[in-house]
Amino acid sequence: MSTLISLTDRMLGYPGFAARCKALLHTLLQEVAVPLFGICCFLMVWSLAARHIQTSLGTFPGPAAVMEQAQNLVVEYKEEKQKAADFYTRQAERTAEKLAADPNYVVKVRSYTGKATFPQQIVTSLVTVLSGFAVALVLALPIGIAIGLNQTMNSMFNPLIQIFKPVSPLAWLPLVTLVVSAVYTSEDPAFSKSFINSMLTVALCSLWPMVINTAVGVASIPQDWVNVSRVLRLSWFNHVRKIVLPAAVPMIFTGMRLSLGVAWMVLIAAEMLAQNPGLGKFVWDEFQNGSSNSLGRIMVAVLTIGLIGFLLDRTMLQLQRWLSWDKASASR
Amino acid sequence: MSIILDISQVDMEFATPSGSFVALRNVDLKISKGEFVSLIGHSGCGKSTVLNIVAGLLQATKGGVILNGREIHQPGPDRAVVFQNHSLLPWLTAYENVELAVKQVLGSRMNSKEIREWVEHNLHLVQMDHAAHKLPNEISGGMKQRVGIARALAMQPQILLMDEPFGALDALTRAHMQDSLMVIQNELKNTVIMITHDVDEAVLLSDRIVMMTNGPGATVGEILEVNLERPRDRLALVNDPGYTGLRAQVLRFLYEKQRKVEPIHSAAQKKPGSKKRSAA
Repeated sequence: MSTLISLTDRMLGYPGFAARCKALLHTLLQEVAVPLFGICCFLMVWSLAARHIQTSLGTFPGPAAVMEQAQNLVVEYKEEKQKAADFYTRQAERTAEKLAADPNYVVKVRSYTGKATFPQQIVTSLVTVLSGFAVALVLALPIGIAIGLNQTMNSMFNPLIQIFKPVSPLAWLPLVTLVVSAVYTSEDPAFSKSFINSMLTVALCSLWPMVINTAVGVASIPQDWVNVSRVLRLSWFNHVRKIVLPAAVPMIFTGMRLSLGVAWMVLIAAEMLAQNPGLGKFVWDEFQNGSSNSLGRIMVAVLTIGLIGFLLDRTMLQLQRWLSWDKASASR
Repeated sequence: MSIILDISQVDMEFATPSGSFVALRNVDLKISKGEFVSLIGHSGCGKSTVLNIVAGLLQATKGGVILNGREIHQPGPDRAVVFQNHSLLPWLTAYENVELAVKQVLGSRMNSKEIREWVEHNLHLVQMDHAAHKLPNEISGGMKQRVGIARALAMQPQILLMDEPFGALDALTRAHMQDSLMVIQNELKNTVIMITHDVDEAVLLSDRIVMMTNGPGATVGEILEVNLERPRDRLALVNDPGYTGLRAQVLRFLYEKQRKVEPIHSAAQKKPGSKKRSAA
């Protein structure tokens, strides 16, 4: 091997070229080939195991069956899109006819009410989780800063946080549902109740990691920076804005990443029970449906949920890399 | 020369779980306008505590500090501090760190153009114009300390407080920084209190060296006038009998009169002194 390398070196007249190729090869192997091998192993074990699991809905789906269902879902989406397009063309034609017959005809546009397709459900889930997360963020930052700055506030709120933090979304949901039904009574609601229920449940569960991390970040500001602020006689507001908040940014981001992970996990459960038309409802409907394809379709949803969760986490990490001054804390 | 700062019979006690710890007892010191004073002593003798009381970051248990006829109760930009580990805000560039101070302290008196010029002037003074828009973790330790000094100078303080400003730097960088500081000082004639435990640094930079006794209950031991002519050149001074004599006096105070009696095995343990340092 080494003779080969020195030979290519001499041939290319460019020492270091071969070494660099070797390094590149090593990186490719480590970053691409090994993970791919891991995935292949998983697929094989899954495929072998699936054949031996008999359920009331037939054999447990292996990778091939799941792939087929994924394709089915795409086909269904395209069909549904076609149906919607057809519906609108027909409506437009009829309106044109009526207008031709009677110029005073008042145009009525009806929207298409087909069943939600898989991509639409993904979008609903994303919108719900991000809304819930945003609500949690808006609440968590001021609470976290207040607790971090003030020892008394910390002593006051800490027991409450520790008690509410481990509560499952499934326990919150009935309460949220009943309260929302009682409070959110509008003639023409801008948001459906199922959306509000899921969103608030997500917010309630994803609030805590952000509160705790913000508080810890604020409380652990180096004394030197506080002294700088004291020597400059910064006002309380400027102290928070110019010293405390930027100093806590790395910890706030850590909290946000944890919270977003929690939010996405909680969302699926919340959607199942609240019947919010997202991925959670999709899984629940397929479970109730019980056709021979259901397990495969649920498996597609499981993989999609995992993939989106991963992408959300990566997006958050990238955001942290762009916005946080502490690049070291955003390395993983 | 008029007295600008009067540290008058200051006692400092810290409450510890095992009762109160007397860090300083009856510290008395008067400093004239434009004077460069070094505080030297063994680590843990309360040098930083004195500085923090003058800065207003700590409140003396007894006695008080008077600056220009006014007693000090809280920190303020009239007593700018150069912190030991630079204390630059890591999310702001060198320029922005100085700008934050200038806007806060002089913002009401300057328009935005004057602010920019004043920030640039101070960065130029410490020879940091070339790296003005770099973040603190992109520049070396010496450069960070330069920016820290620029930030303190930009506040136009009555008195500049330096807490072991070059303690964390390597010997060559430290020498370079001392030379820069002498050039700046020659120009601005600030009143400075500097804490150090480097004997050469103290003799080279100071007009007076205040030598502190060991704690607990540390106080001013001896005061040494440094009458070497300015500007001073470190190479020329190496063989100067006046310089070597002063240096010997400081060393004699530290290692004969105030020899730190400390058994080797307990040296690694936490002393009350080191605790006090971290509290300061």
